[in-house]
Amino acid sequence: MNLYGISGEIFLAISGMIALLISVFSSKDSSLKITTRFCNLSLLISLILIVLSHQNSGYLFNEMYVYDGLSLYSKTLILLGTILTLLIGSKPQKIDGFNQPEYPVLILFSVLGMVLMSSSKNLISLYMALELQSLPLYVIAAINRDNLKSSEAGLKYFILGALSSGLLLFGMSLVYGAVGDTSFSLISEVSSQNMSSILLVGLVFILSGLAFKISLVPFHMWTPDVYEGAPTPVTAFFAIVPKIAAITILVRVTFSAFDNAITSWQQIIIFLSLLSMILGSFAAIMQNNLKRLMAYSSIAHMGYALVGVASGLLEGVSGVLIYMAIYIIMNVGAFIIILSMRRDNQIVEEIYDLKGISKTHPFLAFSFVTILFSMAGIPPLAGFFGKWLVFYSAVNANLIFLAIIGVLTSVVGAFYYLRIIKIMYFDENDVNLDVVENKSSMAILGLMLFLTLSFGIFLNWFVETTMGIVSLI
Amino acid sequence: MIVSLEHYLCLSAVLFTLGVFGIFLNRKNVITILMSIELMLLAVNINLVSFSSYLNDIQGQIFTIFVLTVAAAEAAIGLAILVIYYRNSGSISVEEINKLRG
Repeated sequence: MNLYGISGEIFLAISGMIALLISVFSSKDSSLKITTRFCNLSLLISLILIVLSHQNSGYLFNEMYVYDGLSLYSKTLILLGTILTLLIGSKPQKIDGFNQPEYPVLILFSVLGMVLMSSSKNLISLYMALELQSLPLYVIAAINRDNLKSSEAGLKYFILGALSSGLLLFGMSLVYGAVGDTSFSLISEVSSQNMSSILLVGLVFILSGLAFKISLVPFHMWTPDVYEGAPTPVTAFFAIVPKIAAITILVRVTFSAFDNAITSWQQIIIFLSLLSMILGSFAAIMQNNLKRLMAYSSIAHMGYALVGVASGLLEGVSGVLIYMAIYIIMNVGAFIIILSMRRDNQIVEEIYDLKGISKTHPFLAFSFVTILFSMAGIPPLAGFFGKWLVFYSAVNANLIFLAIIGVLTSVVGAFYYLRIIKIMYFDENDVNLDVVENKSSMAILGLMLFLTLSFGIFLNWFVETTMGIVSLI
Repeated sequence: MIVSLEHYLCLSAVLFTLGVFGIFLNRKNVITILMSIELMLLAVNINLVSFSSYLNDIQGQIFTIFVLTVAAAEAAIGLAILVIYYRNSGSISVEEINKLRG
């Protein structure tokens, strides 16, 4: 058997074990630093291996594992997002109260689960990869062991995450019973001939289990609490990386396993997407904590991205994939700014702490404004193109009301983004905010700023690449 | 009486529903929630095994073995998180898990 197609994942698994050994045997003070560097390096190497090995597409292990354009695209996003979050989160950890070297190791194992998940083409491998992704995430939410908020976030995330895997698994068992097999290709075959009610119930359970992982309304209850309670570098990771893997597998389940049963899942996806857009926009208005605000903002963004899936068209899926790339760019930028906020050596995360930052730190304020405008979807910034592509596909699929509601909720969303801008530029500052400007974070922020401003130039390339990918799902 | 597939499916649906309600309706303590989660996963196992025997197909039983393994790992992690939560708050009552609210 030729294992070349899975070489990146094998490398990641082995280096995760080596990273555990390194974290144990290096001296206590430098342990976190060395382990983080090692993990970054192995993520980079496995990214290169994956890019090299995914040039052709094919199957491994009886069609349990597929390597194709979609998995290559989402694995690249996942690994790049992880490397960026590890880089921007590596400095503040000490002040944030945790310096356990397990942190990068757990992230590495969770990323292994995510890359396997975006390659799975069978219910069994999907479930195993999903659990490999989730279990380390529960632990890193509670990594600040002596902090009540962090451990409460871990507990909440664990309970709701376990509930969601239970729902997903129940759905899988029903689908297995209706189809008699667990592979996506056979599910697709059976669902095209005869969409029995047991298969439909199974599909609903699977979609609600996945909606938990993407934090779509009405399965979003954990998101604000976990984002607020977890240490900020961990929140950055939660906000950016797991969503890509979960969206990818949602696309695979809907367009590869149930591709002939669009009428069955389209209604559900429209429902989830509508609720997420509306709740994400309205609930964020009341928030004063930046991390909670980012939680609601990510719920709304996932709602917008799902509009593309709801269209049921391949161009909609291509829009979703581009939206995820833009989502990473904007969130990495936003979290660099949240991570750098300090007062008297304490992390602060209220939006009023940003008062008057435009005078003391003009570059930071300018980049935050650009990123917030982009999140609100104002042209010609990156966020506009993402929304434009998904709403355009919704209009093409005759879902005009969905596109209209999407545009209306982005207007509501613009209100809370603009509120932050108003606080930064027009409010007098009474207490000065200290900002930790470390060089690597600022360089990454500059890069994200450049990408946000100039995404339109790359748009054509993105559309062509993703259209090529989705035509082969 | 012949025990048919439907009986097994009804049993597992009842157990699964009990598990879900155990998570949402329970106001006393978190250990009950962990037990409910375990109950949900075991209900799924009954489903898988009965389908596997009904369809005369081995995949469901393989799936069950994987689910059992993952359930053990999940229980271990859940208890570990519960222990650090108890150390910080001094209580495992569900009603007191409310420090994060905005």
